Amino acid sequence: MAIDPSRVPRFGHGSRVPGWDEAADLTKDPEGVPEPATTPVPEELRARIEEYMARYPDRRSAAIPALHSVQEYYGWCSPEGIVQAATVMRLTPAYLTAVATFYDMLFMEPVGTHDVYVCTNISCSLRGADDLFAAFHEHAGEDPEFNIRSFECLGACDIAPMISIDGDYVGPIAPDEVPEVLDAVRRGEEPFPERQMKNRKSTDPNA
Amino acid sequence: MTETLLLKGIDEPDLHTLEVYERRGGYEALRKALAMSREQVLHELEVSAIRGRGGAGFAMGKKVSFLPKGQMDKYLVCNADESEPGTFKDRELLQKNPHLLIEGMLIAAYAGGINRAFIYIRGEYKLQAERLEAAVEEAKEAGYIGERVLGSDMSLTMWVHRGAGAYICGEETALLDSLEGKRGNPRLKPPFPANQGLYQGPTLINNVETLATAPVIIGMGGEEYAKLGTQGSTGTKLVSVSGHVQRPGNYEIELGIPSRDIIYGLAGGPPEGRAVKLWFPGGSSAPVLTGDDLDIPYDFDSMAKAGSMLGSGAIIVVDDSTSVVDVALKTAKFYRHESCGKCTPCREGTNWTVKMLERIDSGEATPMDLDIMAAVCTNIIGNCLCVLGDAMAMPIGSMIVKFREEFEAHIEAARARNELVEAVA
Repeated sequence: MAIDPSRVPRFGHGSRVPGWDEAADLTKDPEGVPEPATTPVPEELRARIEEYMARYPDRRSAAIPALHSVQEYYGWCSPEGIVQAATVMRLTPAYLTAVATFYDMLFMEPVGTHDVYVCTNISCSLRGADDLFAAFHEHAGEDPEFNIRSFECLGACDIAPMISIDGDYVGPIAPDEVPEVLDAVRRGEEPFPERQMKNRKSTDPNA
Repeated sequence: MTETLLLKGIDEPDLHTLEVYERRGGYEALRKALAMSREQVLHELEVSAIRGRGGAGFAMGKKVSFLPKGQMDKYLVCNADESEPGTFKDRELLQKNPHLLIEGMLIAAYAGGINRAFIYIRGEYKLQAERLEAAVEEAKEAGYIGERVLGSDMSLTMWVHRGAGAYICGEETALLDSLEGKRGNPRLKPPFPANQGLYQGPTLINNVETLATAPVIIGMGGEEYAKLGTQGSTGTKLVSVSGHVQRPGNYEIELGIPSRDIIYGLAGGPPEGRAVKLWFPGGSSAPVLTGDDLDIPYDFDSMAKAGSMLGSGAIIVVDDSTSVVDVALKTAKFYRHESCGKCTPCREGTNWTVKMLERIDSGEATPMDLDIMAAVCTNIIGNCLCVLGDAMAMPIGSMIVKFREEFEAHIEAARARNELVEAVA
């Protein structure tokens, strides 16, 4: 997960203040696999994780699906959720935290309800994605309802500049259409149905 | 191009359902394959000479033949973690024709004697993953996936595994680590996945488009398929064209046609009054070509000869209204963000390249920075576990070579601007 450099506390001569990244507390014993008897897990979450674990020869393979489930349940990979997943999977919470911090779609801090990923990679930026991201930031950057993020190539350069709203691809979007997009999402509607990826026809003349 | 094999009728309503797919002759190739011996199926794949569509271009038949023989757990992993900038061809297949991929996986699994299959799809592809999961369920119910498929001696399990947003997981060994539930760090090769892959077992790992072509090859015969395209690059290829073109999208072409026919003919070329300045022929990891290279045939060997690569078949066109410094900076920032951090040359090299490009952009650089940057690129290539670092070094290196004058002019202009600002202040 990217760390905002301006948030890192530093001494006058420039080196980092120890503990800025919540490094390990050495006075504590290492956290082991949580005790199932004393760690309640919501039944729905447990069932889902166990179903994933049954799919693989090694239960650890279910780590990413389990973390997705935790995120769906709590809205983010909360410490509580990670401990619960670790209980079900018989792993340490540290193991799951290590996995979760690697991936861009797993959030270690609470985020807004609606994920808006703005693709700002090459193909989209050639078509104005940086202005689009700036517009989203301006209109909804502080809105707790939205989780606005710039994302690397989402694999939809044919509708550049594009965005993904809670996983649904839509584009192209012009910066001045941003308020319309946000209003539609607030109303629980699909913005610009005719520009949704799921309705897009192939461009190949021989298709 | 007169014939489309993969995109034929792709927009037929509900093609993603088993009913429509079967009505169009779906799973006939699987029946045909199951009536042949495993060796015959493998032979057809080898004769077709199809090269992997994911980026490296390794012969698919050969990859299958590398799997050890005998009874053991063998794995098939479909790489659907399509994240190479500019690439969106697999998305089209996953979304509109998932059964074609499943049929191809069944054929590949039969040829390789494989009994467990996984599809690793990138987490961002929500609609595509849902369609794929539904299709796998349908195929299980219809008896295409499971014990003794269609009365043959093949048994196969198949699961869709969603990733969570990491470009590096498209690298085959990082994908395997991620599928095992770890951070997506690449592994040292050898051993190659064919010997020690998923859970240390023999593993065949192929791209979506490669596997989706298997039913086509079995249907028409390997020899027929090999007549398409050129000798070293047989068959048809999905090409994703994006950037400064009038009709961005996926096009199926016969390998070996002039690149101009794709960029100008199919995609309509840059907007009126502008010209192609540079283009990436195979995703952002490919060294760039210029407007003078448009007549190079679009196939694996010709692209390699021109000093670039076909890669994933993603053409990104940049026209003359854009500064090469902007393109370089965007590219380098992407690789800095996606480097997993395991190998020093890649982790530090991508970071310093971004810093130098930022200096160039802001006018604090000297022309010597270009030489340092070129040296950083040479020192990344070949020195890491995987090619992510190389994938930044190659395009950036090629931009410095081909557009050095523009970089130098940019440095001078930015510095003059800064001096002017200081003088005024």
